[in-house]
Amino acid sequence: MTPAAPPRTMLDKLWSRHTVHQEPDGGPTLLYIDLHLVHEVTSPQAFEGLRLTGRRVRRPDLTWATLDHNVPTSDRHLPIADPISAQQVEALIANCRDFGVPLYDLGAREQGIVHIIGPEQGLTQPGLTIVCGDSHTSTHGAFGAYAIGIGTTEVEHVLATQTLWLDRPRTMEIRVQGSLPPGVTAKDLILGIIGRIGTAGARGHAIEYTGPAIAALDMEGRMTVCNMSIEAGGRAGMIAPDDTTFAYLEGRPHAPRGAAWEQALDDWRALPTDPGAAYDRTVTIDAAATAPQVTWGTNPAHVAPVGDRIPETAAETAARALAYMDLRPGTAIADIALDRVFIGSCTNARLSDLRAAAAVVRGRRVHPRVRAMVVPGSGLIKAAAEREGLDEVFRQAGFEWRDAGCSMCLGMNPDILQPGERCASTSNRNFEGRQGSGGRTHLCSPAMAAAAALAGHFVHVRAYPRTPN
Amino acid sequence: MEAFVSHTGLVMPLDRANVDTDQIIPKQFLKRIERTGFGPFLFHDWARRPDFVMNQPRYAGASVLLARANFGCGSSREHAPWALMDHGFRAVIAPSYADIFYGNCFQNGLLPVRLSEAEVDELFRRAAAREGYRVTVDLGACTVTDADGFRADFTVEPHRREALLDGLDDIGRTLAHAGAIAAYEAAHAARPAGG
Ligand code: SF4
Repeated sequence: MTPAAPPRTMLDKLWSRHTVHQEPDGGPTLLYIDLHLVHEVTSPQAFEGLRLTGRRVRRPDLTWATLDHNVPTSDRHLPIADPISAQQVEALIANCRDFGVPLYDLGAREQGIVHIIGPEQGLTQPGLTIVCGDSHTSTHGAFGAYAIGIGTTEVEHVLATQTLWLDRPRTMEIRVQGSLPPGVTAKDLILGIIGRIGTAGARGHAIEYTGPAIAALDMEGRMTVCNMSIEAGGRAGMIAPDDTTFAYLEGRPHAPRGAAWEQALDDWRALPTDPGAAYDRTVTIDAAATAPQVTWGTNPAHVAPVGDRIPETAAETAARALAYMDLRPGTAIADIALDRVFIGSCTNARLSDLRAAAAVVRGRRVHPRVRAMVVPGSGLIKAAAEREGLDEVFRQAGFEWRDAGCSMCLGMNPDILQPGERCASTSNRNFEGRQGSGGRTHLCSPAMAAAAALAGHFVHVRAYPRTPN
Repeated sequence: MEAFVSHTGLVMPLDRANVDTDQIIPKQFLKRIERTGFGPFLFHDWARRPDFVMNQPRYAGASVLLARANFGCGSSREHAPWALMDHGFRAVIAPSYADIFYGNCFQNGLLPVRLSEAEVDELFRRAAAREGYRVTVDLGACTVTDADGFRADFTVEPHRREALLDGLDDIGRTLAHAGAIAAYEAAHAARPAGG
């Protein structure tokens, strides 16, 4: 009898099945890439590099492009007003045509934020290696893929070779015990985790989220958690695939079908970490102790439960952040008044996010001082929400209802904060100037952003019980 | 890619932790479709303040950036190292870097040096004390030295060091493995997953 193979983590399995070549002595691995997602901001210089060297895209069939970062979210029938944005959009369209890469163009119903459409189309699957020139590629790890953000030179490398030289990260298990209280979402969970471990807490590590509270999340919640792994400094975030994953994928346009689907299931069921496999680090979190979270500073670890105050210690540890945010230690989170509310981004612009926000605002009105907008993550999400009448719920409450794109998550299009404006945002980064120079961003969940839009300041979402439709 | 062997230059101290790539190059400047021309927008929002370190005449022409922990966190934008290099920086010295930024630097010939917190503190002291403070970053010897006896050793992953010393780009190195890539594809063609 051969000795039993040692137990392996999901990362071990993903890594070994994608190794093309391993340099000796702890050197890097040449890893095969199964799916390469491309968008307009981080790809033009990569395609230019291919042209200059006379190279082709090795696997256009494993490469998919979309327009998202720059695109306007209103008046889509008009030409893009900003000539430089228009140039970048034109460049991607031309590059996709010249190199044979499929593109979800602005007219396509499938167009949307790159990390939303990959899963939505069933391109994102368990067991894959996935890269994109965007740090929130960690989102796709929710399916049990190894998914990482890369730079533009690496984008060119993947286009040319379908591989990447990578150092294998260490592994970090974040085990979430218990279950989340009512009204507390995946967004609150991940913000709480980042608050606990810090913005560099997972640096050099691939995080694997485990435990009953993770298993209980739907795919959309899992994506929200993995999305923000990068905000904890993690190289990747992963969740083992299970029946929830398979049910989400079945029947999606690019998911395997028939016999191939059965075969894929067998393959995917073998992916999760074996019992007894060792992680380099483990952190345990109690889901039951999580409350709705709101950030008060200029990085996602500057976070507090909505019922709390900005910590007194922030005067010393985060003086610059408080000065930028124009806030004082000891201020109650609930006393922070808002000018803007943004519901959108690859973190929280999926259908369940829009439903959660709509359930709060249904039959109510946005506070008169607040300008609020909803930007669905993809054209398909927008259409699905409209079929359910969510657009009307938002419009009647006083929200703007926009077309799909990154929008005010980073404000590369005209959707930006003015200097000094304060915004409750469902996105992932509250860095200085992220949503517009001088703008002040508070991160929170869609339901909390919706409640804040109604109240004009932060408030626990339970202040607005669901009204009958 | 430009090779990096050894570089001596003026040090600019940037005394903040967690400097994110949105600060290094804000999004409104990411719309160029070239790799060059980002230098004038480096640290754009901070640079509007007259007292920002980059505006002080004593740091004009600095080519070594001294920074704090977790430098380059946030967005994966390679525009960050492009902007730093376009502005004239050849090396960064900090206690730690975010992973993606760290890798992006090597792709462009910008050397990110990791020293201990204590060594970085000492360099901040020296840079404050002396106008025109310069250090030599030597990738051959893996040392940072100054003219007054400061010396710190650093480590770099050997493959990154070799590539930077030779100015070799990764695609060339990878194409030496074209046979292995083709063999991998042939062996995995039957795999169900893959788009
Ligand atoms: S929504 Fe925001 S974080 Fe997500 S890909 Fe777009 S810009 Fe990046």
